[in-house]
Amino acid sequence: MLLVLALAPLLLGFTRKVKARMLRRRGPPLLQPYRDLLRLMRKQAVIAENASWLFRSGPYMIFAATWVAAALVPTFATGLTFSWAADLIAITALIGSARFFLALVGMDIGTSFGGIGSSREMMFASLAEPAMIMIVFTVALIAGSTQLSSIAQFILTNASLRVSLGLALVALIIVAIAENARIPVDNPATHLELTMVHEAMVLEYSGRHLAMIELAAATKLLLYVSLIACIFFPWGLAGPGGDTSAFVVGVMSYLIKLLVGGFLLVLFETSIAKMRVFRVPDFLGIALMLGLLGTLLRFVSGSF
Amino acid sequence: MLVAMALMGVAVLLAAALLAMALQALRGASHFVYPLCFMACAVLLGIACWALLTAADPAPTLVLPIGLPWIGAHFRIDTLSAFFLLVTNLGGAGASLFAIGYGRHETAPGRVLPFYPAFLAGMNLVVLADDAFAFLIAWEFMSLSSWALVMSHHLDAENRRAGYIYIVMASFGTLTLLLAFGLLAGSGGGYAFSDIRSVAVALPGLTLTLVLIGTGSKAGLVPLHVWLPLAHPAAPSHVSALMSGVMTKVAVYGFVRIVFDLMRPADWWWSILVIAVAGVTCVLGVLSALMQHDLKRLLAYHTVENIGIIFIGLGLALAFSAYGMQAPAALALTAALFHVFNHCLFKSLLFFGAGAVLNATGERDMEHLGGLIHNMPLTAFAFLTGCTAISALPPLNGFVSEWLTFQAILLSPALPSWALKLLVPAVGAMLALSAALAAACFVKAFGVTFLGRPRTPLAASAHETDRASLAAMLAFALFCLLSGVLPGLFIDGLAPVTQGLVGAHMPAQTTLPWLSIVPIAESRSSYNGLLVFVFILISTLLTIEVIHRFASREVRRGPAWDCGFPDPSPATQYTADSFAQPIRRVFGSVVFRATERIDMAAPGDARASRLTVIVRDLVWEAFYAPVAGLVSALAEWLNRLQFLTIRQYLSLVFVALIGLLLLVSIWL
Repeated sequence: MLLVLALAPLLLGFTRKVKARMLRRRGPPLLQPYRDLLRLMRKQAVIAENASWLFRSGPYMIFAATWVAAALVPTFATGLTFSWAADLIAITALIGSARFFLALVGMDIGTSFGGIGSSREMMFASLAEPAMIMIVFTVALIAGSTQLSSIAQFILTNASLRVSLGLALVALIIVAIAENARIPVDNPATHLELTMVHEAMVLEYSGRHLAMIELAAATKLLLYVSLIACIFFPWGLAGPGGDTSAFVVGVMSYLIKLLVGGFLLVLFETSIAKMRVFRVPDFLGIALMLGLLGTLLRFVSGSF
Repeated sequence: MLVAMALMGVAVLLAAALLAMALQALRGASHFVYPLCFMACAVLLGIACWALLTAADPAPTLVLPIGLPWIGAHFRIDTLSAFFLLVTNLGGAGASLFAIGYGRHETAPGRVLPFYPAFLAGMNLVVLADDAFAFLIAWEFMSLSSWALVMSHHLDAENRRAGYIYIVMASFGTLTLLLAFGLLAGSGGGYAFSDIRSVAVALPGLTLTLVLIGTGSKAGLVPLHVWLPLAHPAAPSHVSALMSGVMTKVAVYGFVRIVFDLMRPADWWWSILVIAVAGVTCVLGVLSALMQHDLKRLLAYHTVENIGIIFIGLGLALAFSAYGMQAPAALALTAALFHVFNHCLFKSLLFFGAGAVLNATGERDMEHLGGLIHNMPLTAFAFLTGCTAISALPPLNGFVSEWLTFQAILLSPALPSWALKLLVPAVGAMLALSAALAAACFVKAFGVTFLGRPRTPLAASAHETDRASLAAMLAFALFCLLSGVLPGLFIDGLAPVTQGLVGAHMPAQTTLPWLSIVPIAESRSSYNGLLVFVFILISTLLTIEVIHRFASREVRRGPAWDCGFPDPSPATQYTADSFAQPIRRVFGSVVFRATERIDMAAPGDARASRLTVIVRDLVWEAFYAPVAGLVSALAEWLNRLQFLTIRQYLSLVFVALIGLLLLVSIWL
């Protein structure tokens, strides 16, 4: 649990550094997100006069749900204690509840910025979540279980190229980009109304509340990269009952996967422009169709 | 013995109805009637729990010498009846408790009080009935008493129209059920359920269609759902909660009883019809809910979506049991029945909240509300719990039944039929889509009503609900949490029901470590609501503690930031229609032909510009408007019979007489 929390800002810092380098800038230091979070946490929180108890407690609930979801994804080893408490569907739904409360707090103050963020976020979610569920179905039908540990074990032992797995990978990458508010869906580095969805919902937050939400967003990015690594590239994961050397190998391979994932994400982001808001449903619709196609192929035959 | 006690409870409810009629003149009559109903429902709830837990075999039966002389009236409590009796009376007890506070504000108590206990009695009798006549009489009694309640605020033209459409649809439903029972009884003519079970079904396709139409129209399956969003908001809020939360479940009971019990063994192609209709119902229900800005109409459309989810589970159970796959059938049936229970809980809670808002502000339209969380914090908390539960978010109960349904869908590739192999993934996608859209719908409902700034002075001057209503709402919120965190207990409670219907039950859940639930086998997947809840709680408290101790806990209040240009007018915040605009543009342009008509004033013209959103109900335009037009045209043409001359009337009588004599001579 603590590993995901410690690594999340590092992943964020790494992506920002690589992006800056690709754009021929020097970029912020690698550990800057940690400093930002510390600075924000120490500051006094300024909240609007008509903010309610939901506004004040929202960031903690959002962070807790995202943290629990991220902690349930096997990072360096499978079969850890309580990994059976929630499966892939539950992880998707936990992300969904974090998003539910984020959209609610966006509407709390009663400004039009919050409304625009919440309404657009729920529109993206209405397509991203079913796409995610269809990906879960495809993967679960291949591996015979929705538990992430079992899925990882299955892919490790029965590695083979399958059409439906390829479709699920492409769909999951699209969903991950949409859910984490990366280009081409949303720009995480902007504060212009035309280009923001996530930033619009958290516009009124400051201080430790903002720090919690930023940490939650970083944890969510880590969660999705770990999910792609765990389901599609599980090599290096220590099995259940592994010894210390297996864990060390697991941690090393996990760090390598994070770095590669972050690098590829930044490569994709810098090579494409942000889409118009109403092109995003087409983009997410591709993910939904790929997921549906993968599921259909698995229903129709066991060999796809 | 048990049945006799249950029937006495129903008799108490009928007596309460008569008492309410007698005490109409008394101003404080609701102080007697609603607590009496609460106690009767509580007793019936206890009887139902006892019957479900003991699961006696053979089930207790009682035959009363009332009704038709050669049949009498059969009543029976088997496990299925016990479960639905539990659901009905839980909803009834909650609604009665809520009404103790809510009923004080009723403007026309004489039109509501006599029919409310009658409605409860009717619903209970449908679940208890063991022969076709008792079932149909109780069904019609339930429809008529709820129609009287829908028409209670008859001065509003919209309510009158809602009542008219409701009575037409209800009568049509009862007609199809009558025909279905006639087909089921067959040429032997025995109408008791035990007789019907021993007769093989003669025309299964026609019977299934009739049953689906009859029970589906009461439950709210597309395209028979059109009365639901009109009638449910028209009734007083506690009655809306009963209609949405309980009466639709009684309709589901009717379907399960006839198709799973009386028409067994099932045929595989029945499930295709059920699953296809249910999938369409899901998506259309939630999309229609998103287009609404009337709070109660939004909730009523959402009931349609949840009925779709229940019928998807039932259809899957039919498919599995038709192929003899008993364990997956038990899983699908448990998922559907658990969703019945959950939906009764959270939909009643949400309607109670809407009733509380209506009482406090006098408004049902979300566009005139806002900022209610400041004046009504406890109501807002209970409503938020209901919204979270209905959006299927862990660790509450909506997620558990969705999870079980998804697990049942994941077992479907084993079904041999190709039609099902192609249909079930598509319906799974529709289910996932409707779950995500439901979350969007309830962010809109809660956010526009309770959050933000008050849009009208009525909303700014709201006051908190009274204690009895709050007690009902918070009790249901607690039940939502309990059934989400301890689902194993409820699943084990449903085991005798599924055992009776499909011959199998889910593995015993309470023996599992840490109270997880497991659908088929632990290696496939498991879910532990308690652990997820505990993890979230620990993470939240740990975070709060760490931050408050090591960082800052200071707070300063200031004006809203709003990018530096805060607008003092609350009209600039998002309304319900503007919140739904992105989704309306993505989905609504296809499903509703939704368009926006903009009428801009020319520069220099001081009149207001106008933006109109046009959403068309294609189901109404495709099915109902043509039928209504046809019936109107036919009635207009037949009206000529009113204006014939005396000679034409006499010749009509003469021709009819000749015709009848011919008939008698030829056939006898």
